[in-house]
Amino acid sequence: MKIFRKLIPGWGVVPVIIFLMLWELIARVNLISGHFFFPPFSMVVAEFYCLTANGVLGKNFLSSFLRVLIGFSFGSIAGLLIGILMGWKSLIDKALNPIISLIYPIPALGWLPLLMLWLGIGEILPIAIIFICSFFPILYNTSTGIKMVDKNYIRVAKSLGASDREILTSIVIPLALPNIFTGLKLESGMAWRVIIAAEMVAIPTGIGALMMKAESLMRIDIIIVCLIVLAAMCFIFERFFLFLETRFTARWS
Amino acid sequence: MPAIKLNNISKYVCKNINLEIFNKEFLVLLGPNGAGKSTLLNVIAGLIDYKGSVFFENKCIDKLPASKRKIGYLFQDLYLFPHLDVFSNIAYGLKIGRKKPNEIKYRVEELLQMLRIENLTHRYPKELSGGEKQRVALARALALTPEVLLLDEPLSSLDLQSSKYLRRELKQLQRTLGITTIYVTHNLTEAEEMADRIAIIEKGAIEQAGKVEEIFFYPKNEKVSEFIGAPNILDCNGFRILGKGIAEVDCRGLSIIIPDEGNKIKKIAMLPRDIYIAELKPPGPDVNRFKGIITDINISNEVVRLKVKTGNINLLAELPHHIFKRMSLGIGKEVFLIFKLRKIKCL
Repeated sequence: MKIFRKLIPGWGVVPVIIFLMLWELIARVNLISGHFFFPPFSMVVAEFYCLTANGVLGKNFLSSFLRVLIGFSFGSIAGLLIGILMGWKSLIDKALNPIISLIYPIPALGWLPLLMLWLGIGEILPIAIIFICSFFPILYNTSTGIKMVDKNYIRVAKSLGASDREILTSIVIPLALPNIFTGLKLESGMAWRVIIAAEMVAIPTGIGALMMKAESLMRIDIIIVCLIVLAAMCFIFERFFLFLETRFTARWS
Repeated sequence: MPAIKLNNISKYVCKNINLEIFNKEFLVLLGPNGAGKSTLLNVIAGLIDYKGSVFFENKCIDKLPASKRKIGYLFQDLYLFPHLDVFSNIAYGLKIGRKKPNEIKYRVEELLQMLRIENLTHRYPKELSGGEKQRVALARALALTPEVLLLDEPLSSLDLQSSKYLRRELKQLQRTLGITTIYVTHNLTEAEEMADRIAIIEKGAIEQAGKVEEIFFYPKNEKVSEFIGAPNILDCNGFRILGKGIAEVDCRGLSIIIPDEGNKIKKIAMLPRDIYIAELKPPGPDVNRFKGIITDINISNEVVRLKVKTGNINLLAELPHHIFKRMSLGIGKEVFLIFKLRKIKCL
Protein backbone atom coordinates (compact mmCIF):
# COMPACT_ATOMS: atom_id res chain seq x y z
CA MET A 1 0.00 0.00 0.00
CA LYS A 2 2.87 2.31 0.96
CA ILE A 3 4.68 1.64 -2.33
CA PHE A 4 1.44 2.14 -4.25
CA ARG A 5 0.95 5.50 -2.52
CA LYS A 6 4.50 6.48 -3.45
CA LEU A 7 3.83 5.72 -7.11
CA ILE A 8 0.83 8.04 -7.31
CA PRO A 9 2.19 11.42 -8.40
CA GLY A 10 1.61 14.23 -5.99
CA TRP A 11 0.43 17.77 -6.62
CA GLY A 12 3.89 18.61 -8.01
CA VAL A 13 2.85 17.01 -11.31
CA VAL A 14 0.04 19.54 -11.88
CA PRO A 15 2.25 22.46 -13.02
CA VAL A 16 4.08 20.10 -15.40
CA ILE A 17 0.80 18.97 -16.96
CA ILE A 18 -0.33 22.59 -17.31
CA PHE A 19 3.02 23.49 -18.91
CA LEU A 20 2.74 20.63 -21.42
CA MET A 21 -0.86 21.54 -22.27
CA LEU A 22 0.13 25.17 -22.86
CA TRP A 23 3.04 24.03 -25.01
CA GLU A 24 0.73 21.86 -27.12
CA LEU A 25 -1.83 24.66 -27.39
CA ILE A 26 0.67 27.37 -28.37
CA ALA A 27 2.22 25.13 -31.03
CA ARG A 28 -1.15 24.01 -32.40
CA VAL A 29 -2.63 27.52 -32.77
CA ASN A 30 0.62 28.62 -34.45
CA LEU A 31 1.43 31.35 -31.94
CA ILE A 32 5.06 30.74 -32.81
CA SER A 33 5.58 30.47 -36.57
CA GLY A 34 4.72 26.91 -37.42
CA HIS A 35 5.56 23.37 -36.39
CA PHE A 36 8.96 23.72 -37.95
CA PHE A 37 10.42 25.98 -35.23
CA PHE A 38 8.16 24.97 -32.41
CA PRO A 39 6.77 21.45 -32.67
CA PRO A 40 3.89 20.55 -30.36
CA PHE A 41 4.56 18.26 -27.46
CA SER A 42 2.65 15.40 -29.11
CA MET A 43 5.02 15.58 -32.09
CA VAL A 44 8.03 15.40 -29.75
CA VAL A 45 6.49 12.34 -28.09
CA ALA A 46 5.94 10.72 -31.47
CA GLU A 47 9.55 11.43 -32.45
CA PHE A 48 10.72 10.04 -29.10
CA TYR A 49 8.82 6.83 -29.94
CA CYS A 50 10.34 6.72 -33.43
CA LEU A 51 13.89 7.29 -32.19
CA THR A 52 13.43 4.65 -29.53
CA ALA A 53 11.88 2.15 -31.91
CA ASN A 54 14.62 2.46 -34.54
CA GLY A 55 17.33 2.25 -31.87
CA VAL A 56 18.99 5.60 -32.62
CA LEU A 57 18.14 7.12 -29.27
CA GLY A 58 19.05 3.95 -27.36
CA LYS A 59 22.45 3.65 -29.03
CA ASN A 60 23.39 7.28 -28.47
CA PHE A 61 21.98 7.29 -24.97
CA LEU A 62 23.98 4.19 -24.08
CA SER A 63 27.19 5.82 -25.33
CA SER A 64 26.61 8.94 -23.22
CA PHE A 65 25.43 6.91 -20.23
CA LEU A 66 28.49 4.64 -20.18
CA ARG A 67 30.83 7.62 -20.54
CA VAL A 68 29.15 9.41 -17.64
CA LEU A 69 29.04 6.26 -15.54
CA ILE A 70 32.70 5.34 -16.04
CA GLY A 71 34.07 8.90 -15.92
CA PHE A 72 31.95 9.89 -12.93
CA SER A 73 32.68 6.66 -11.02
CA PHE A 74 36.44 6.97 -11.44
CA GLY A 75 36.40 10.73 -10.88
CA SER A 76 34.31 10.54 -7.74
CA ILE A 77 36.21 7.58 -6.27
CA ALA A 78 39.54 9.33 -6.87
CA GLY A 79 38.10 12.62 -5.54
CA LEU A 80 36.76 10.88 -2.46
CA LEU A 81 40.02 9.06 -1.69
CA ILE A 82 42.32 12.04 -2.22
CA GLY A 83 39.82 14.37 -0.53
CA ILE A 84 39.76 12.12 2.54
CA LEU A 85 43.56 12.01 2.62
CA MET A 86 43.83 15.78 2.24
CA GLY A 87 41.21 16.43 4.91
CA TRP A 88 42.74 13.96 7.35
CA LYS A 89 46.48 14.48 6.89
CA SER A 90 47.53 18.10 6.94
CA LEU A 91 50.87 17.23 5.34
CA ILE A 92 49.16 15.85 2.23
CA ASP A 93 46.83 18.84 2.24
CA LYS A 94 49.77 21.24 2.37
CA ALA A 95 51.50 19.39 -0.47
CA LEU A 96 48.50 19.10 -2.83
CA ASN A 97 46.39 22.13 -2.00
CA PRO A 98 48.41 24.70 -3.98
CA ILE A 99 48.30 22.55 -7.13
CA ILE A 100 44.63 21.73 -6.79
CA SER A 101 43.73 25.35 -6.04
CA LEU A 102 45.37 26.29 -9.33
CA ILE A 103 43.73 23.58 -11.44
CA TYR A 104 40.26 23.56 -9.79
CA PRO A 105 38.98 26.83 -11.38
CA ILE A 106 39.63 25.58 -14.95
CA PRO A 107 36.25 24.55 -16.44
CA ALA A 108 36.10 20.89 -17.48
CA LEU A 109 35.52 21.82 -21.13
CA GLY A 110 38.63 24.01 -21.03
CA TRP A 111 40.63 20.80 -21.02
CA LEU A 112 39.03 19.58 -24.24
CA PRO A 113 41.53 20.94 -26.81
CA LEU A 114 44.47 19.72 -24.76
CA LEU A 115 42.96 16.29 -24.22
CA MET A 116 41.98 15.99 -27.90
CA LEU A 117 45.66 16.32 -28.75
CA TRP A 118 46.90 14.17 -25.91
CA LEU A 119 44.34 11.36 -26.06
CA GLY A 120 42.97 11.66 -29.59
CA ILE A 121 39.26 11.53 -30.45
CA GLY A 122 38.07 8.26 -29.03
CA GLU A 123 36.19 6.79 -26.11
CA ILE A 124 38.86 7.82 -23.58
CA LEU A 125 38.40 11.52 -24.33
CA PRO A 126 34.83 12.00 -22.99
CA ILE A 127 35.59 9.71 -20.03
CA ALA A 128 38.64 11.83 -19.19
CA ILE A 129 36.56 15.03 -19.42
CA ILE A 130 33.92 13.61 -17.05
CA PHE A 131 36.68 12.38 -14.75
CA ILE A 132 38.09 15.92 -14.49
CA CYS A 133 34.62 17.43 -14.16
CA SER A 134 33.79 15.15 -11.19
CA PHE A 135 37.18 14.78 -9.56
CA PHE A 136 37.96 18.34 -8.43
CA PRO A 137 34.61 19.40 -6.94
CA ILE A 138 34.17 16.06 -5.15
CA LEU A 139 37.71 16.22 -3.83
CA TYR A 140 37.12 19.77 -2.62
CA ASN A 141 33.80 18.97 -0.91
CA THR A 142 35.20 15.82 0.68
CA SER A 143 38.32 17.42 2.09
CA THR A 144 36.28 20.39 3.37
CA GLY A 145 33.79 18.00 4.98
CA ILE A 146 36.55 16.03 6.69
CA LYS A 147 38.27 19.20 7.93
CA MET A 148 35.02 20.60 9.25
CA VAL A 149 34.38 17.69 11.63
CA ASP A 150 34.60 19.06 15.17
CA LYS A 151 37.95 17.98 16.65
CA ASN A 152 36.24 17.27 19.96
CA TYR A 153 34.53 14.20 18.48
CA ILE A 154 38.01 12.94 17.66
CA ARG A 155 39.12 13.61 21.25
CA VAL A 156 36.11 11.69 22.58
CA ALA A 157 36.75 8.74 20.26
CA LYS A 158 40.41 8.74 21.27
CA SER A 159 39.47 8.71 24.95
CA LEU A 160 37.32 5.65 24.19
CA GLY A 161 40.30 3.82 22.77
CA ALA A 162 39.87 4.34 19.03
CA SER A 163 42.92 4.33 16.79
CA ASP A 164 43.42 6.97 14.09
CA ARG A 165 42.11 4.63 11.41
CA GLU A 166 39.06 3.73 13.49
CA ILE A 167 38.38 7.39 14.21
CA LEU A 168 38.54 8.16 10.49
CA THR A 169 36.25 5.34 9.41
CA SER A 170 33.76 5.31 12.28
CA ILE A 171 33.51 9.00 13.17
CA VAL A 172 35.09 11.43 10.71
CA ILE A 173 33.87 10.03 7.37
CA PRO A 174 30.28 9.48 8.58
CA LEU A 175 30.19 13.03 9.98
CA ALA A 176 31.55 14.39 6.69
CA LEU A 177 28.85 12.57 4.67
CA PRO A 178 26.48 15.57 4.30
CA ASN A 179 29.30 17.54 2.64
CA ILE A 180 30.41 14.58 0.54
CA PHE A 181 26.86 14.02 -0.71
CA THR A 182 26.51 17.69 -1.61
CA GLY A 183 29.49 17.26 -3.94
CA LEU A 184 28.22 13.98 -5.40
CA LYS A 185 24.72 15.36 -5.97
CA LEU A 186 25.87 18.48 -7.80
CA GLU A 187 28.52 16.75 -9.85
CA SER A 188 26.38 13.82 -10.97
CA GLY A 189 24.11 16.30 -12.77
CA MET A 190 27.06 18.36 -13.94
CA ALA A 191 28.63 15.25 -15.52
CA TRP A 192 25.62 14.96 -17.85
CA ARG A 193 25.75 18.63 -18.77
CA VAL A 194 29.44 18.38 -19.58
CA ILE A 195 29.22 15.15 -21.60
CA ILE A 196 26.52 16.62 -23.82
CA ALA A 197 28.66 19.71 -24.41
CA ALA A 198 31.75 17.60 -25.11
CA GLU A 199 29.85 15.37 -27.55
CA MET A 200 28.47 18.41 -29.32
CA VAL A 201 31.96 19.80 -29.84
CA ALA A 202 34.28 16.88 -30.35
CA ILE A 203 32.79 13.40 -30.20
CA PRO A 204 30.75 11.87 -33.01
CA THR A 205 28.47 9.65 -30.90
CA GLY A 206 26.15 10.18 -27.94
CA ILE A 207 23.20 12.40 -27.13
CA GLY A 208 25.21 15.60 -27.70
CA ALA A 209 26.34 14.42 -31.12
CA LEU A 210 22.74 13.41 -32.00
CA MET A 211 21.66 16.95 -31.12
CA MET A 212 24.27 18.44 -33.42
CA LYS A 213 23.17 16.14 -36.26
CA ALA A 214 19.54 17.12 -35.62
CA GLU A 215 20.56 20.78 -35.75
CA SER A 216 22.18 20.33 -39.16
CA LEU A 217 18.99 18.61 -40.38
CA MET A 218 16.89 21.32 -38.70
CA ARG A 219 15.04 18.67 -36.64
CA ILE A 220 13.92 20.69 -33.63
CA ASP A 221 11.72 17.81 -32.41
CA ILE A 222 14.81 15.57 -32.10
CA ILE A 223 16.74 18.33 -30.29
CA ILE A 224 13.88 18.64 -27.80
CA VAL A 225 13.79 14.86 -27.32
CA CYS A 226 17.54 14.96 -26.52
CA LEU A 227 17.09 17.87 -24.14
CA ILE A 228 14.31 16.02 -22.33
CA VAL A 229 16.54 12.94 -22.02
CA LEU A 230 19.34 15.14 -20.66
CA ALA A 231 17.03 16.81 -18.14
CA ALA A 232 15.67 13.42 -17.05
CA MET A 233 19.14 11.96 -16.58
CA CYS A 234 20.39 14.96 -14.55
CA PHE A 235 17.27 14.69 -12.43
CA ILE A 236 17.59 10.90 -11.94
CA PHE A 237 21.29 11.07 -11.04
CA GLU A 238 20.79 13.92 -8.57
CA ARG A 239 17.77 12.16 -7.06
CA PHE A 240 19.75 8.96 -6.68
CA PHE A 241 22.37 10.72 -4.55
CA LEU A 242 19.69 12.63 -2.67
CA PHE A 243 18.10 9.27 -1.89
CA LEU A 244 21.44 7.91 -0.63
CA GLU A 245 22.03 11.06 1.42
CA THR A 246 18.61 10.83 3.01
CA ARG A 247 19.13 7.14 3.70
CA PHE A 248 22.48 7.65 5.42
CA THR A 249 22.17 11.03 7.10
CA ALA A 250 18.54 12.19 7.40
CA ARG A 251 17.95 10.59 10.78
CA TRP A 252 20.77 12.44 12.51
CA SER A 253 21.97 15.42 10.47
CA MET B 1 48.02 5.55 48.58
CA PRO B 2 47.04 8.11 45.98
CA ALA B 3 45.26 6.64 42.96
CA ILE B 4 46.59 9.47 40.81
CA LYS B 5 49.63 11.61 41.38
CA LEU B 6 50.60 14.57 39.23
CA ASN B 7 54.27 15.56 39.38
CA ASN B 8 55.37 18.93 38.04
CA ILE B 9 52.84 18.97 35.22
CA SER B 10 53.29 21.83 32.80
CA LYS B 11 51.11 22.47 29.77
CA TYR B 12 49.65 25.72 28.42
CA VAL B 13 48.67 27.81 31.45
CA CYS B 14 49.52 25.03 33.94
CA LYS B 15 52.95 25.43 35.51
CA ASN B 16 54.57 22.71 37.64
CA ILE B 17 51.37 21.34 39.07
CA ASN B 18 51.62 18.78 41.86
CA LEU B 19 48.43 17.10 43.00
CA GLU B 20 47.35 13.82 44.57
CA ILE B 21 43.97 12.26 44.10
CA PHE B 22 43.18 9.44 46.48
CA ASN B 23 41.64 6.10 45.71
CA LYS B 24 37.83 6.21 45.26
CA GLU B 25 37.88 9.91 46.05
CA PHE B 26 35.59 12.53 44.49
CA LEU B 27 37.93 15.45 43.91
CA VAL B 28 36.52 18.70 42.60
CA LEU B 29 38.89 20.87 40.62
CA LEU B 30 37.50 24.33 41.25
CA GLY B 31 38.65 27.43 39.45
CA PRO B 32 37.64 30.27 37.16
CA ASN B 33 37.52 29.96 33.37
CA GLY B 34 40.97 29.67 31.81
CA ALA B 35 42.57 28.46 35.05
CA GLY B 36 43.81 25.24 33.43
CA LYS B 37 41.20 22.80 34.76
CA SER B 38 40.35 21.13 31.44
CA THR B 39 44.01 21.08 30.44
CA LEU B 40 44.78 19.09 33.57
CA LEU B 41 42.01 16.57 32.73
CA ASN B 42 43.35 16.21 29.19
CA VAL B 43 46.83 15.57 30.62
CA ILE B 44 45.49 12.85 32.93
CA ALA B 45 43.52 11.33 30.04
CA GLY B 46 46.61 11.37 27.84
CA LEU B 47 44.88 13.39 25.14
CA ILE B 48 47.63 16.03 24.96
CA ASP B 49 51.41 16.05 25.34
CA TYR B 50 52.76 17.51 28.57
CA LYS B 51 55.84 18.04 30.69
CA GLY B 52 56.05 16.26 34.03
CA SER B 53 54.71 12.88 35.09
CA VAL B 54 51.38 11.27 35.83
CA PHE B 55 51.29 8.27 38.16
CA PHE B 56 48.42 5.79 38.55
CA GLU B 57 48.87 3.67 41.69
CA ASN B 58 52.52 4.79 41.77
CA LYS B 59 53.15 3.63 38.20
CA CYS B 60 54.23 6.26 35.71
CA ILE B 61 51.78 6.25 32.79
CA ASP B 62 53.31 9.00 30.69
CA LYS B 63 54.05 6.58 27.87
CA LEU B 64 50.58 5.02 27.93
CA PRO B 65 48.26 6.21 25.15
CA ALA B 66 44.79 7.48 26.06
CA SER B 67 43.22 4.16 25.09
CA LYS B 68 45.25 2.24 27.68
CA ARG B 69 44.75 4.56 30.66
CA LYS B 70 41.37 3.09 31.71
CA ILE B 71 39.78 6.48 31.96
CA GLY B 72 36.17 7.50 31.43
CA TYR B 73 35.92 11.09 30.24
CA LEU B 74 32.76 13.15 30.20
CA PHE B 75 33.41 16.27 28.14
CA GLN B 76 31.91 19.68 28.81
CA ASP B 77 29.73 19.70 25.69
CA LEU B 78 29.30 15.90 25.86
CA TYR B 79 29.94 15.38 22.14
CA LEU B 80 27.65 12.43 21.68
CA PHE B 81 28.31 11.11 18.18
CA PRO B 82 25.38 12.55 16.23
CA HIS B 83 25.32 9.77 13.63
CA LEU B 84 24.99 6.98 16.20
CA ASP B 85 21.92 6.17 18.26
CA VAL B 86 22.03 5.90 22.04
CA PHE B 87 22.89 2.20 21.99
CA SER B 88 25.73 2.65 19.50
CA ASN B 89 27.07 5.71 21.33
CA ILE B 90 27.34 3.73 24.56
CA ALA B 91 28.67 0.67 22.75
CA TYR B 92 31.30 2.63 20.80
CA GLY B 93 34.23 2.00 23.13
CA LEU B 94 33.25 -1.65 23.56
CA LYS B 95 33.10 -2.21 19.80
CA ILE B 96 36.48 -0.52 19.39
CA GLY B 97 37.78 -2.84 22.12
CA ARG B 98 36.60 -5.83 20.00
CA LYS B 99 34.26 -7.15 22.67
CA LYS B 100 31.89 -9.93 21.65
CA PRO B 101 28.44 -8.76 20.46
CA ASN B 102 26.60 -10.47 23.33
CA GLU B 103 29.01 -8.93 25.87
CA ILE B 104 28.42 -5.51 24.32
CA LYS B 105 24.66 -5.98 24.43
CA TYR B 106 24.78 -7.08 28.07
CA ARG B 107 27.00 -4.19 29.19
CA VAL B 108 25.03 -1.54 27.30
CA GLU B 109 21.75 -2.83 28.68
CA GLU B 110 23.25 -2.82 32.19
CA LEU B 111 24.27 0.85 31.79
CA LEU B 112 20.95 1.83 30.24
CA GLN B 113 19.26 0.35 33.27
CA MET B 114 21.71 1.87 35.77
CA LEU B 115 21.14 5.35 34.36
CA ARG B 116 17.42 4.74 33.78
CA ILE B 117 17.48 5.48 30.05
CA GLU B 118 16.27 2.14 28.68
CA ASN B 119 13.53 3.94 26.75
CA LEU B 120 16.08 5.94 24.75
CA THR B 121 17.97 3.00 23.21
CA HIS B 122 17.23 3.76 19.57
CA ARG B 123 17.04 7.54 19.73
CA TYR B 124 19.63 9.79 18.14
CA PRO B 125 21.35 12.57 20.13
CA LYS B 126 19.33 15.29 18.40
CA GLU B 127 16.17 13.65 19.72
CA LEU B 128 17.31 13.83 23.38
CA SER B 129 16.83 16.49 26.06
CA GLY B 130 19.79 18.04 27.88
CA GLY B 131 19.46 15.75 30.90
CA GLU B 132 19.06 12.65 28.73
CA LYS B 133 22.18 13.57 26.79
CA GLN B 134 24.11 13.85 30.07
CA ARG B 135 23.04 10.37 31.07
CA VAL B 136 23.92 8.86 27.71
CA ALA B 137 27.34 10.55 27.74
CA LEU B 138 27.92 9.29 31.28
CA ALA B 139 26.93 5.76 30.25
CA ARG B 140 29.35 5.96 27.33
CA ALA B 141 32.14 7.12 29.65
CA LEU B 142 31.40 4.25 32.06
CA ALA B 143 31.02 1.55 29.39
CA LEU B 144 34.62 0.40 29.51
CA THR B 145 34.51 0.09 33.33
CA PRO B 146 37.13 2.81 33.81
CA GLU B 147 39.22 3.09 36.95
CA VAL B 148 39.16 6.87 36.84
CA LEU B 149 36.30 9.12 35.82
CA LEU B 150 37.00 12.63 34.53
CA LEU B 151 34.06 15.01 34.41
CA ASP B 152 34.59 18.35 32.70
CA GLU B 153 31.79 20.72 33.80
CA PRO B 154 29.24 18.15 32.67
CA LEU B 155 26.24 19.97 34.13
CA SER B 156 27.04 23.50 33.01
CA SER B 157 24.52 23.49 30.16
CA LEU B 158 21.60 22.27 32.28
CA ASP B 159 18.93 24.32 34.03
CA LEU B 160 19.24 24.74 37.79
CA GLN B 161 16.70 22.08 38.69
CA SER B 162 18.03 19.34 36.40
CA SER B 163 21.59 20.18 37.39
CA LYS B 164 20.77 19.84 41.10
CA TYR B 165 19.02 16.52 40.51
CA LEU B 166 21.80 15.08 38.37
CA ARG B 167 24.46 16.23 40.84
CA ARG B 168 22.88 14.14 43.52
CA GLU B 169 22.59 11.17 41.20
CA LEU B 170 26.15 11.51 39.98
CA LYS B 171 27.51 11.57 43.50
CA GLN B 172 25.44 8.52 44.41
CA LEU B 173 26.63 6.67 41.33
CA GLN B 174 30.24 7.51 42.13
CA ARG B 175 29.82 6.11 45.64
CA THR B 176 28.15 2.95 44.36
CA LEU B 177 30.81 2.31 41.75
CA GLY B 178 33.65 3.41 44.04
CA ILE B 179 35.43 5.05 41.14
CA THR B 180 38.13 7.70 41.58
CA THR B 181 36.60 10.84 40.11
CA ILE B 182 37.86 14.27 39.17
CA TYR B 183 35.10 16.79 38.60
CA VAL B 184 35.90 20.14 37.05
CA THR B 185 33.72 23.15 37.78
CA HIS B 186 33.79 26.88 38.46
CA ASN B 187 30.65 26.64 40.54
CA LEU B 188 31.28 26.72 44.28
CA THR B 189 27.88 25.30 45.22
CA GLU B 190 28.45 22.32 42.93
CA ALA B 191 31.88 21.80 44.47
CA GLU B 192 30.62 21.99 48.06
CA GLU B 193 27.80 19.60 47.36
CA MET B 194 29.81 16.90 45.63
CA ALA B 195 33.42 17.01 46.73
CA ASP B 196 35.26 14.76 49.14
CA ARG B 197 38.08 17.20 48.57
CA ILE B 198 38.38 20.41 46.62
CA ALA B 199 41.48 21.59 44.76
CA ILE B 200 41.42 25.29 43.98
CA ILE B 201 43.22 26.09 40.75
CA GLU B 202 43.93 29.57 39.51
CA LYS B 203 46.13 30.75 36.65
CA GLY B 204 47.54 27.27 36.22
CA ALA B 205 48.56 26.75 39.84
CA ILE B 206 46.93 24.67 42.58
CA GLU B 207 46.36 27.21 45.34
CA GLN B 208 44.99 24.80 47.91
CA ALA B 209 43.68 21.24 48.07
CA GLY B 210 41.72 19.94 51.00
CA LYS B 211 38.36 18.97 52.44
CA VAL B 212 35.50 21.40 51.95
CA GLU B 213 35.68 22.60 55.59
CA GLU B 214 39.44 23.01 55.37
CA ILE B 215 39.10 25.25 52.34
CA PHE B 216 36.35 27.27 53.97
CA PHE B 217 37.78 27.64 57.45
CA TYR B 218 41.47 27.73 56.66
CA PRO B 219 41.87 29.32 53.25
CA LYS B 220 45.55 29.28 52.51
CA ASN B 221 45.76 32.73 50.98
CA GLU B 222 43.79 35.73 49.84
CA LYS B 223 43.22 34.23 46.36
CA VAL B 224 41.53 31.12 47.78
CA SER B 225 39.50 33.17 50.22
CA GLU B 226 38.35 35.49 47.42
CA PHE B 227 37.53 32.59 45.12
CA ILE B 228 35.30 30.88 47.66
CA GLY B 229 33.58 34.18 48.34
CA ALA B 230 35.72 35.65 51.18
CA PRO B 231 33.85 33.97 54.04
CA ASN B 232 33.57 35.56 57.48
CA ILE B 233 35.13 33.05 59.88
CA LEU B 234 34.26 33.33 63.54
CA ASP B 235 35.62 31.33 66.49
CA CYS B 236 32.96 29.95 68.76
CA ASN B 237 33.10 29.57 72.53
CA GLY B 238 29.83 28.52 74.07
CA PHE B 239 27.72 25.82 72.40
CA ARG B 240 24.19 25.07 73.49
CA ILE B 241 21.76 22.70 71.77
CA LEU B 242 18.33 24.27 71.51
CA GLY B 243 16.64 21.21 69.98
CA LYS B 244 14.69 20.89 66.71
CA GLY B 245 17.92 20.82 64.77
CA ILE B 246 19.32 24.14 65.95
CA ALA B 247 22.00 25.19 68.44
CA GLU B 248 23.35 28.42 69.82
CA VAL B 249 27.00 29.46 69.77
CA ASP B 250 28.77 32.43 71.21
CA CYS B 251 31.18 34.20 68.90
CA ARG B 252 33.06 36.93 70.71
CA GLY B 253 29.92 38.11 72.47
CA LEU B 254 27.59 37.55 69.51
CA SER B 255 24.99 34.88 70.15
CA ILE B 256 24.33 33.11 66.84
CA ILE B 257 21.80 30.39 66.07
CA ILE B 258 23.20 27.68 63.78
CA PRO B 259 21.98 24.38 62.33
CA ASP B 260 22.82 21.59 64.79
CA GLU B 261 24.55 18.60 63.20
CA GLY B 262 25.25 16.89 66.53
CA ASN B 263 28.87 17.97 66.83
CA LYS B 264 30.40 20.60 69.03
CA ILE B 265 31.16 23.65 66.94
CA LYS B 266 34.56 25.35 66.97
CA LYS B 267 34.16 27.79 64.12
CA ILE B 268 31.45 29.08 61.86
CA ALA B 269 31.77 30.58 58.40
CA MET B 270 29.36 32.83 56.54
CA LEU B 271 29.79 34.08 53.02
CA PRO B 272 29.27 37.84 52.62
CA ARG B 273 26.49 37.12 50.11
CA ASP B 274 24.63 35.14 52.80
CA ILE B 275 24.32 38.14 55.09
CA TYR B 276 21.32 40.44 54.49
CA ILE B 277 21.62 44.16 55.13
CA ALA B 278 18.62 46.24 56.24
CA GLU B 279 18.39 49.95 57.00
CA LEU B 280 15.50 49.51 59.45
CA LYS B 281 15.10 46.96 62.21
CA PRO B 282 13.87 43.83 60.40
CA PRO B 283 10.61 42.23 61.52
CA GLY B 284 10.55 38.81 63.19
CA PRO B 285 12.23 37.35 66.26
CA ASP B 286 15.41 38.90 67.52
CA VAL B 287 17.49 35.94 66.35
CA ASN B 288 20.54 36.19 64.09
CA ARG B 289 19.76 39.90 63.68
CA PHE B 290 22.44 42.34 64.79
CA LYS B 291 22.93 46.05 64.74
CA GLY B 292 26.21 47.28 63.19
CA ILE B 293 27.97 50.29 61.75
CA ILE B 294 29.40 50.45 58.23
CA THR B 295 33.14 51.06 58.41
CA ASP B 296 34.08 50.61 54.77
CA ILE B 297 32.42 50.33 51.35
CA ASN B 298 34.15 48.63 48.46
CA ILE B 299 32.44 48.88 45.05
CA SER B 300 33.66 46.36 42.48
CA ASN B 301 32.32 45.49 39.02
CA GLU B 302 30.24 42.59 40.28
CA VAL B 303 29.05 43.54 43.77
CA VAL B 304 29.29 46.08 46.58
CA ARG B 305 31.09 44.86 49.69
CA LEU B 306 30.42 46.46 53.04
CA LYS B 307 32.57 46.12 56.13
CA VAL B 308 30.26 46.26 59.13
CA LYS B 309 31.35 46.39 62.78
CA THR B 310 28.94 44.62 65.07
CA GLY B 311 29.98 44.33 68.73
CA ASN B 312 33.69 43.79 68.49
CA ILE B 313 33.53 41.80 65.25
CA ASN B 314 34.15 43.08 61.74
CA LEU B 315 32.01 41.31 59.15
CA LEU B 316 31.92 41.46 55.38
CA ALA B 317 28.53 41.65 53.72
CA GLU B 318 27.74 41.79 50.04
CA LEU B 319 25.02 43.53 48.04
CA PRO B 320 24.19 43.51 44.34
CA HIS B 321 24.61 46.95 42.74
CA HIS B 322 20.89 47.48 42.07
CA ILE B 323 20.00 46.91 45.74
CA PHE B 324 22.87 49.10 46.98
CA LYS B 325 21.63 51.95 44.75
CA ARG B 326 18.13 51.68 46.21
CA MET B 327 19.47 52.04 49.78
CA SER B 328 21.13 55.10 51.21
CA LEU B 329 24.21 53.52 52.73
CA GLY B 330 27.39 55.28 53.71
CA ILE B 331 30.35 54.91 56.04
CA GLY B 332 29.30 55.42 59.65
CA LYS B 333 25.66 54.55 58.95
CA GLU B 334 23.88 52.18 61.33
CA VAL B 335 22.46 49.06 59.66
CA PHE B 336 20.97 45.72 60.64
CA LEU B 337 22.57 42.41 59.66
CA ILE B 338 20.58 39.21 59.22
CA PHE B 339 22.40 35.87 59.01
CA LYS B 340 20.78 33.17 56.84
CA LEU B 341 20.51 30.17 59.18
CA ARG B 342 20.93 27.40 56.58
CA LYS B 343 23.89 29.10 54.94
CA ILE B 344 26.06 29.11 58.06
CA LYS B 345 28.85 26.56 57.72
CA CYS B 346 30.13 24.93 60.89
CA LEU B 347 33.39 23.28 61.85
